[in-house]
Amino acid sequence: MTMDPPQGLLAIRHLSKTFTLPRSTRDVVTAAPLRRLHALRDVSLEIAPGEILGIVGESGCGKTTFGRCLAGLERPEAGELLWRGQPMLHTDNRARRARRIQMVFQDPYAALNPGMSLGTMLDEALLVHGIGTSAAERRDRVNALLEMVGLTPNLKDRLPHAISGGQRQRVCIARALAVEPELLIADEPVSALDASVQAQIINLLEDLRTKLNLALIFIAHDLNVVRHISDRIAVMYLGEVVETAPTEMLFARPEHPYTRGLLKAIPQPDPTKRTRVPSIEGEMPDPLNPPAGCALSTRCPLVLPDCRARHPSLVMGEDDHFVRCLNPAASTGFVFTSSSD
Amino acid sequence: MSQPIIKVDELRVTFGHTPEAVTVVDGVSFEIGQGEVFGLVGESGSGKSVTCRSLIQLFGGARPSSVTGRILFDGQDLAQLSPADFVRIRGTSIAMIFQDPMTALNPTMRIGDQIQETLCRHDGLTPRQARLRAIDLLKAVGVTAPERRLDSYPHEFSGGMRQRVLIAIALACRPKLLIADEPTTALDVTVQDQILKLILRLRDETGMAVLFVTHDLGVVAQTCDRVGVMYAGRIMEMADTTQLFANPSHPYTRALLRALPAHGKRSGRLEPIGGAPPSLADPPTGCRFHPRCRNAVVDCTTVRPPLVTVAPGHSGACFRMGDVS
Repeated sequence: MTMDPPQGLLAIRHLSKTFTLPRSTRDVVTAAPLRRLHALRDVSLEIAPGEILGIVGESGCGKTTFGRCLAGLERPEAGELLWRGQPMLHTDNRARRARRIQMVFQDPYAALNPGMSLGTMLDEALLVHGIGTSAAERRDRVNALLEMVGLTPNLKDRLPHAISGGQRQRVCIARALAVEPELLIADEPVSALDASVQAQIINLLEDLRTKLNLALIFIAHDLNVVRHISDRIAVMYLGEVVETAPTEMLFARPEHPYTRGLLKAIPQPDPTKRTRVPSIEGEMPDPLNPPAGCALSTRCPLVLPDCRARHPSLVMGEDDHFVRCLNPAASTGFVFTSSSD
Repeated sequence: MSQPIIKVDELRVTFGHTPEAVTVVDGVSFEIGQGEVFGLVGESGSGKSVTCRSLIQLFGGARPSSVTGRILFDGQDLAQLSPADFVRIRGTSIAMIFQDPMTALNPTMRIGDQIQETLCRHDGLTPRQARLRAIDLLKAVGVTAPERRLDSYPHEFSGGMRQRVLIAIALACRPKLLIADEPTTALDVTVQDQILKLILRLRDETGMAVLFVTHDLGVVAQTCDRVGVMYAGRIMEMADTTQLFANPSHPYTRALLRALPAHGKRSGRLEPIGGAPPSLADPPTGCRFHPRCRNAVVDCTTVRPPLVTVAPGHSGACFRMGDVS
C-alpha cells in the first residue's frame, strides 16, 4: 500500500474495471443510456514475495474480477500493475505474464479437461511455455510436479473423473505451478471441497509457499480459512477495498463497520458463543447504481449524514492498517470474541 | 427433551436394483421434540438430504427403489398414509425449504400468488383473505413494503429475499415441523446470519420443530439444540450441541472439528482427515469410517458398531470411544 517503490513483487495501482451490460432491443429503441457495472473501483494493493494476501468479501464485491485482472483474463480500463517496480501492461507479452502469475479456480470439476489425462494436461503447460527440451525431460518434470502436490506419479494416466475432488484441486495447483510462477492467485480454492478435504489443500498451499517462496493471493468468503492462511487481509465491498491490515490486527481491531459486521456474521463453531442480534442488516446495493457517498451508507448502523454525500478515501492508520471510513472511531470498542448473549 | 413430534426408526433408503443398488441411508434413527432444532451435519453424499426427503416423500426425478423403517409423525405412521392423505400432511404439518432459493420458486408467478396458492388450497381462505394473510407472512419474515412486493416476480428479488419468501410459503399453514435443507448454503455470510436468526425467531414464536441440515459446523453451533453427525449414510454420533462440541466422542467428529481452522487463535497446521469419503456403491465393511480412522482396530473392519449411549443424551457408534480421548 505504501506508495514508494518497495521490495514488493506486484504493486496494483488504481485498478478499475467496469462491465457494460448487453442492451436489449428495447434499450436501443428508447435510446436508453449504456448500463455499466462497476466491478472494481480504484483498487490499490501490494504484495511482497512469499507473502499470502487474503481477499475477503461477499459475492458481487469484485474479488474474482480482481484476481482475473491480475492474471490477465480481464482487461482493466484504468490503473497499472508494477511487477518488481516495472510497469506490466495488458499489451505485454501474455506468455511472460503467464510465467509470473498463475491462477487456481474455485471449481476443480470444471477447470480440468474431462477428455485429457492428468499427465497430458501438465505436459501441455510445459510444452506451450517451452519448458524442457525433450519428452523425457518433461515427463520427469510432470512426475516431480505431481509429487510436489502430494499425488503419486502413477495417477497421471487417469482422467479427471477418476480422481476425487481434493485430488483434482491438487492437479489444478500442479498445473499452475508447472511454469514456476512467483505469484499464485487462488480464487475460492477450497469452497467446493468437503470440510475434511479443505484442510489438506490449505496445508498444501502453506507448504508450497514455504518451499517455493511463492506469493499467494487467497480469495475467499470464509473468514476462518482466510485468517488461518493469510499474512495480511484486504476486505472488499462493492468493488472497493474498504480495509486492509495484517491478519491479527484486522481481527483484533477492525475499524470499518463492514468488517465488523462480517466478522460477527461468521458462524463460529462454538455453541457457547451465540448471539441473536443480526450482525448487519440489509443487502449489498445494486452495483449498477452504487451509492454516491460511502458504499456501505445504505446498511451502516453508524451512518452519518456526511457518509451519504462524501465518498471516503482509503486512509492509512498506524501499523499498515488502512480503512475507508469517515468515522472509523465510532467502531472502536468492538470486541470480536465477546459476541455472546 | 419434550414430547417428540417426529420419530424416525431404522430408516433405510435404497436407489436402483441389485446388482447396482446403492443404499444411501443405512439405518438412521432419531427423534425431534416440539420446538426443538435438530441438526443433521455431514459431508456431501452422507445421506442427509435423502433422509429429509424421505420424511416428506419428495424425491424429484429419482425415486428410491425401497424405503424401509418407521416414521412416526405426531403419533401417525407416515408409511401407512395413502398418497392423497400425504398431500394433506405435506405443506400443512410438515413443510420444507430448500438450498437453492433461485430454483425453488416458480419464475412465471407473482410472489403473492405463490404464497396465496398454499393458503387457498390448505386453509380454504378466499383470495382476499389469503392476500391479507400473505402480507402478514411477508412482514413476519422481514420483507419490507410487503403490499407492493406481493406483485413482484421472483427475478426481482435477491437471493436472501427469495429465501425469506420460501420461508413465508413454508410457514403459511403453521407447520409443526419445518425441514430446512441447507437453507443458507447459497447465501452470503451476512445474509446467512440474517436468515439463521429469522428461523430461530420464528421457532420461538410458533413453537415448531426444525430439522436443520447443513455441512457447516459453525452453522450447527449457532443454531441447533441437538445434532446428529452423519457419515456415509449412517449416524456416527448424536448429542446436545454444547456436549458435542465440548466432548466429541466419535473419531470422525473429533477429526472434523480438528480439521477446522480454529476460531480465536491462529493455530499452526491444520489436521486434515486423510483420504476421501467412501463411495456408497461399494461402502467399507464394518464401521464405514475405519479406512480413514487413526484409532481403528481389527473389529472395526468387520463389525458394524451400534449407536450406544456414552452420557445422558449423548450416543456414539464406535468401539473405541472409551479407550481413546
